[in-house]
Amino acid sequence: MKLTGIFKGKEPQRKRISLLLLLPVFLFIFIACLPLLYIVIRAHEAGWETAIHLIFRERVYDLLKNTLLLDITVTFTSMVIGVATAWFIERTNLWGKRMWNVLITLPFAVPAFVSSYSWVSLSPVFEGFFGAFLVLTLYSYPLVHLPVAAALRGMNPSLEEVAHSLGYGPWKTFWRVTFPQMRPALFGGALLIALHTLAEFGALSLLRFDTFTTAIFDQYTMTFNGASAAMLTTVLLFLCLLFIGLELYIRGKAKYTPVGSGVSRSQEQIPLGASAPFVLIGFIALTVVAVGIPLGRLAYWLIHGSSASFPLAELLSNLFTTLSYGLGGAIATALIALPLVMLSLRHRGTLSVMAERVPYIVHSLPGLVIGLTLVFFAVRYMNPIYQTSVLLVIGYVLLYVPLAQSSIRASYEQAPERIEEVARTLGKRPITVFFTVTLPLIIPGIGAGMALVFLKIMNELTATLLLRPTGVDTLAIKVWQHTTNSEFAAAAPYAALLILISSLPVYVLTMRSFSSKRREKL
Amino acid sequence: MTALALSIKNLSKSFDGVNVLENVAFDLPKGKMLAILGPSGCGKTTLLRSIAGFETPNSGSIEISGKEVFGERKYLSSEKRRIGYVPQEGALFPHLTVAQNIAFGVPRNSKRNDRVLEMLELVGMEGFEKRMPHELSGGQQQRIALARALAPDPALILLDEPFSALDTGLRAKLREDIKYALEKSNATSIMVTHDQEEAFSMAEIIAVMRDGELIQIAEPDDIYTNPKDLNVATFVGETVLLDGYVKGDYVDCPLGTLSYQGNSPEKDKVTVMIRPEQFTIGAVENGIKAQVAKTTYFGHDSLIQMHFGQNENSFASIRVLGKPKVKKGDMVGLQVEGDVVIY
Repeated sequence: MKLTGIFKGKEPQRKRISLLLLLPVFLFIFIACLPLLYIVIRAHEAGWETAIHLIFRERVYDLLKNTLLLDITVTFTSMVIGVATAWFIERTNLWGKRMWNVLITLPFAVPAFVSSYSWVSLSPVFEGFFGAFLVLTLYSYPLVHLPVAAALRGMNPSLEEVAHSLGYGPWKTFWRVTFPQMRPALFGGALLIALHTLAEFGALSLLRFDTFTTAIFDQYTMTFNGASAAMLTTVLLFLCLLFIGLELYIRGKAKYTPVGSGVSRSQEQIPLGASAPFVLIGFIALTVVAVGIPLGRLAYWLIHGSSASFPLAELLSNLFTTLSYGLGGAIATALIALPLVMLSLRHRGTLSVMAERVPYIVHSLPGLVIGLTLVFFAVRYMNPIYQTSVLLVIGYVLLYVPLAQSSIRASYEQAPERIEEVARTLGKRPITVFFTVTLPLIIPGIGAGMALVFLKIMNELTATLLLRPTGVDTLAIKVWQHTTNSEFAAAAPYAALLILISSLPVYVLTMRSFSSKRREKL
Repeated sequence: MTALALSIKNLSKSFDGVNVLENVAFDLPKGKMLAILGPSGCGKTTLLRSIAGFETPNSGSIEISGKEVFGERKYLSSEKRRIGYVPQEGALFPHLTVAQNIAFGVPRNSKRNDRVLEMLELVGMEGFEKRMPHELSGGQQQRIALARALAPDPALILLDEPFSALDTGLRAKLREDIKYALEKSNATSIMVTHDQEEAFSMAEIIAVMRDGELIQIAEPDDIYTNPKDLNVATFVGETVLLDGYVKGDYVDCPLGTLSYQGNSPEKDKVTVMIRPEQFTIGAVENGIKAQVAKTTYFGHDSLIQMHFGQNENSFASIRVLGKPKVKKGDMVGLQVEGDVVIY
C-alpha cells in the first residue's frame, strides 16, 4: 500500500478512477465514521467530566462483568462443541454423517431471539445467565464447526501419516499436527462468535440478561438517546474494536500454505469402536437441545394458540413488509457493494484497500450502535429521513455490504481483466463492455450476495427496532414484541413464518455452494 | 515506399523507476508478421499492451495505419485503435456461444452472420457456432479467439504468447493454421513470444528485445546467421564459441584460419561464433583433428561432443540427423563451411 497512490492507479495520467466508482466509496467511508463522531459529539455536549464519570461507575463495571462473562463462556463452549462435532464428522466412522452434517448446522438458521422465545416460553428458569449462555452457545457453535470441518477436509492426510510413522500416537498426532493446522479456522470462527455475542440484543432482552446492548437500549427508550446511552456505547464500541483488531491481526498472520501438490486421497477414518454409542448419544442430545426444543416449542404454540384469532390479514401484511424491506435492502446493498468490489479489484492504492476493509469493520459493529448513530444524526441534521424507510435501508446497507461484497468479489475474479480488454479492442466502450461482458459473468455472484443479505435483513431485529418508520412491523419485530409481553402463542405464527421464508435463501445458497465446485473464499 | 501498418518512435515507459521500455522504435509494413522475441521480463508484453492501449507509455509515439494513436498530447482508447487482440489463453467470453464471440466486434447488419461463417471457415472450425467456450479444447479456443480478433477486419492483430498454454503436440499444427489464416486475410500481425522456434517458423520479421530495449530487428535468416551480439546469438540458437585472433580478412582460432562476415573489427582478440550446422565431420586427414568425447542419441537427431587442439576446454557440440556414426574416443576431422561471426 502506497500513500501516494490515493488518486493514482497504476496509470497516473490516463487511467483515472471514474466518479461513479468513487462516490459510493466516499459516501460509505463517511457514514462509517459516524459512530465515532456520535460518541465524540455526545461526550462533548455532556461535558467531558460528566462523560468520564458516566463511563467509570459501578453500573458500567457490572455490565462489563456480565458481558465479558457471557462472551467468554459462550465462545469457549462453542469452540469445544464445534471442534468435537467437526472432528467426529470428518475423521471418524460415525454413523449417519451426512444427516448430522445438516442437523448440526441447522441451529444457525434459526435467529437467536426466536430460540430464546422457545426456551423462555418453556420455563422462566431460562431467564438470566444460564439461559443466555445456553441459547447463544447453541446458536453460535456452527460458526466454529463449519470452518474447522472445512480445514479438516482440506488437510493433507500425509502429514498425519508421517506423524504416525515418526512414532506419534493418535492423541499426540491430534495436538501436535492436526490441531495447529486447524487453528486459524478455529480462532477465526471463535472471534466471529465473540463479536456476535457482544452485539446480540434480541435474545438477551428476551432472556432478561443485562449486557451493554440491552442496557443501552433501555437507556435509549427511557431518555431517548441521552448522554448515558452514548457513553455505554463508547465502552461497547471499544470492546468491539478490540475484537476486530484481534481478528484482523489473526487473519493477517495465520496462513499455512500447503507444501507440495494437492490432496487427492481421502482422509483417514478412525474407527470409534466401543465408544460409538456414546458419541451417537452426544450428537442426538445436541440436536434435540439445539434444534428439537426450539422447533418443538414453536410447533406446540402453533397448535395450542387459539386458532380462532389467527391473525391472517396482519400476518400477511407483516410478511409483505418483511419481504419488501428484505428485497429493497438487498438491492441497495448490491448497488453499493458492486462499485466497492470494482474499485478494490481493478485499481490499486489506499482507496481501494479501504473499499475492501472499512465495510468489514462496520459489519462487525453491533446493529444497535449503527441504529443509534443513524437515529442521532438523522434527528439532528436530516430530520426528513428520520423514521422513514430510507434511513432503515441505509442501516441495512451499512450492516450487510461485506456479505454482498465477498460474494460479488468471488464471481468477479472469474471474469479476468483480460476479457474486458479483448472486448475493448473489439470496439466497445467501457460502459458497453461492463453491460455486455462483465455483468453477465458476475450476475450469479450478485444474486447469491443478494440472497444472503435478504436472509440477514429478514432476521434483523435491533437496527430495525430503532430505525423503522412508526407503525411498520416486520415478522422479527412481531416475535420480539409478543414475547416481551409473554404472549407466546401470539408470537408463534410470526416465528414459524419467519423460519419458513428464511429457509428459501438458505436453500438457494447451499444449492449454489454445492454446484460451484468449492470455490469458497473465507 | 510501402504503406506502414505500424510506426513506433522512441517509446519509453518506466514502472517505479525501472525502465520497462527504452527508446523502442521500429516500423512494420502492411501485411507482414512480426515476432517480438525475448526472455520473460524483457518488456515485450508491455510493448504489445502499449500498442493495444492497455498501458500508457511515458513518452514516444505510436501510429497505426498512418494515424497517431499515442503521442505527446494524444491518447486514443483501445476501442478506437482498430486492433485485434489474442491473449495468452484466448479469453473467450464464457457466457457467449462461439458465433456470438466472433460476432462481438462486428457491426450489426445483414452481413454479420456471413462474416461469422467466413471466419469459422478460415480457422477451420465450421459447424462449431453453437458451442460454448468451455466445450472447446485449448487449441480450438485459440482458433476462435483469432477468428474473433480478425472478424472486424482490424488494422493490426496482436497475439500475446498465443501458444504457450498448449501441449507441444498441438502447437505445430495450430501454428501452421494460424499463419495460414493470417496470410489469407492479409492481416498485419505482431506476436510476442519467448520461444525462438515459434518466432522463426511463423514470422517474416523478428525483433529481439532485452531489458526493455530493441536489440535487433531483421528477417529471421539474418537474425540467425548474423546476430547483432553474442547474447542474441546464443538466445536464438545453439552456438560453438571459441577465442580467436583477427588477421586481416581472416580469424585464427583452434579450428584453423576462417573467413568472417562483416568489416574487420577494431580489436584483435575476438570471440568466434559458429553455428553447429556449419560443421561437417569427415576423415581425420580432412580438417582439424578432433576426438569424440560423448555422444547422446535423441531419436530424430544426436548430439556429438568433441574436443580438439591442445586446449582441454576447446569443445564443440554438433547435432547430426539420426544415429551418430562415430563413437566415444574416435578421431575425426572437423571442417567449417561458410563464414563465421566474430564479436
